[in-house]
Amino acid sequence: MEKQKADIDKSKAVIDIKGLEKSFGDYDVLRGIDLKVYQGENVVVLGRSGTGKSVLIKIISGLLKPDAGTVNVLGEDVNSLNSKELEQLRLRIGFSFQNSALYDSMTVRGNLEFPLVRNQRKLTKAEVNKEVETVLDAVGLLQTINQMPSELSGGQRKRIGIARTLILKPEIMLYDEPTAGLDPITCIEINHLINEVQKNYHTSSIIITHDLTCAKETGDRVAMLLDGKFERTGTFEEVFNTDDERVKTFYNYNFIQ
Amino acid sequence: MKLDNSTTLEEAETAKPSLWQRVSVFFEDIYNVYRFILRFFKEAFLPPYEFKEFIRQCYEVGYRSFPLITLTGFITGIVFTKQSRPSLSEFGATSWLPSLVSIAIFRALAPLVTALIGAGKVGSSIGAELASMKVTEQIDAMEVSATKPFKFLVCMRVLATTVSIPILVMYTAFVSMIGAYLNVSQNEGTSISAFFQDAFEPISFLDFNTSLIKSIVFGFTIGMVGCYQGFNSSKGTEGVGKAANSAVVLGMFLVFVEEIVIVQISGFFRV
Ligand SMILES: Nc1ncnc2c1ncn2[C@@H]1O[C@H](COP(=O)(O)OP(=O)(O)OP(=O)(O)O)[C@@H](O)[C@H]1O
Ligand SMILES: [Mg+2]
Repeated sequence: MEKQKADIDKSKAVIDIKGLEKSFGDYDVLRGIDLKVYQGENVVVLGRSGTGKSVLIKIISGLLKPDAGTVNVLGEDVNSLNSKELEQLRLRIGFSFQNSALYDSMTVRGNLEFPLVRNQRKLTKAEVNKEVETVLDAVGLLQTINQMPSELSGGQRKRIGIARTLILKPEIMLYDEPTAGLDPITCIEINHLINEVQKNYHTSSIIITHDLTCAKETGDRVAMLLDGKFERTGTFEEVFNTDDERVKTFYNYNFIQ
Repeated sequence: MKLDNSTTLEEAETAKPSLWQRVSVFFEDIYNVYRFILRFFKEAFLPPYEFKEFIRQCYEVGYRSFPLITLTGFITGIVFTKQSRPSLSEFGATSWLPSLVSIAIFRALAPLVTALIGAGKVGSSIGAELASMKVTEQIDAMEVSATKPFKFLVCMRVLATTVSIPILVMYTAFVSMIGAYLNVSQNEGTSISAFFQDAFEPISFLDFNTSLIKSIVFGFTIGMVGCYQGFNSSKGTEGVGKAANSAVVLGMFLVFVEEIVIVQISGFFRV
């Protein structure tokens, strides 16, 4: 299943990061990141564990503050926003967490309703139900609607997590390792879901992963995070057509050669 | 392999925080607590209201502590009456037993017993619950979907304990009095109406108010401490245990401190 050509508007960057730096204590995690994500584009971020991939998208959504650099999302400078403006911006960003982060005191329905009823107070009960069912159907898990998160498998949790962000109809999706820890068939389903979301919800996305199949299937462009910087960006083939040992190891491990 | 004890010891020495660092961390903590409390008052009473969650939390508080409070309150009533009897009977004053017991229960025992059990059962579970939500990034997930986690998680829990603990205190007082009555009626053969008439006689409006204010303060403290420890817990699973533990320890400690302070203040009015 090859990825269809996406409808990308190269003249409009929805995420524009310049010179981003972030350290924790003595450890410099990000050391000057530059990244543009264009309208309608899926950008895959690759990198080893602990290179700061999750930190990067947490900064994009304003959960962490950068030490230096600017982060411009949908035309707004994330760090100069007050809390109200940040909330408004966050409604336009969907964040799928590495470990799904489902609210485990609520059913699947409760999880999906939670952001919806708090952000669109005028909806009637019937409209809320319809929205919930629509996104659950989009991720193919309508039958789990009354289950608790603890009763779901890892792959199902990931998909409910994605559904919970889709319900607010975001313009940007941030996926943190959507396929980590899942079996190959579920991975293929998730990859497919990511592409469906891009097509049907017209989102631009950042997809963080170690999984090169996922990168190849879902990414319009790939950026490789090495030592706190994007050393290589381009199409999948461009990035991996190199003699750099670090990049080659990554490739070889994924496609046993 | 070279074993060089001196350097490792030296390193351990430098790794220890200096007195100055500890003092500054302490004041930083106080400042953070102050900001946390301020934020509660800023957000708790503004719409949108999370009424359903408030009711659910009230139910949780009551449900969690109800059995233990019933048992403890009842036993407290019996034991306290039993232990007070000998010293009163020395003066042939066992008829004072109902009023003595009721003063002790209403003024001190009921609020204290309820608050301590509340800190143990409710405070710890609030701490653990919020800490594990923090660890599993559920709080971050609420944050990024613009759903005001502080209000939903912290404000509603604190409001719930502030309202429920006083109600539980009244219940504890009631159960303790039943215990006391059973003991008195068994030994002195006092009738129920005579017992309660004697019991309520010495309870003044001031006593009632002091106890009420005390229980509200206790409830607020228990909720606040649990939420603060949970909401600000360090990441990782040990953070959950730590949050639950410090919620109980700090909660109980503060309850005693507040008890002393409030009793002192109410003493000024008791001329
Ligand atoms: N809140 C924080 N406080 C302190 N250090 C942090 C914090 N968040 C992340 N770090 C550190 O930053 C580094 C990068 O973390 P991050 O979670 O971004 O890694 P990652 O690239 O997502 O790795 P993985 O693929 O394993 O998820 C790690 O060394 C981590 O210890
Ligand atoms: Mg990560």
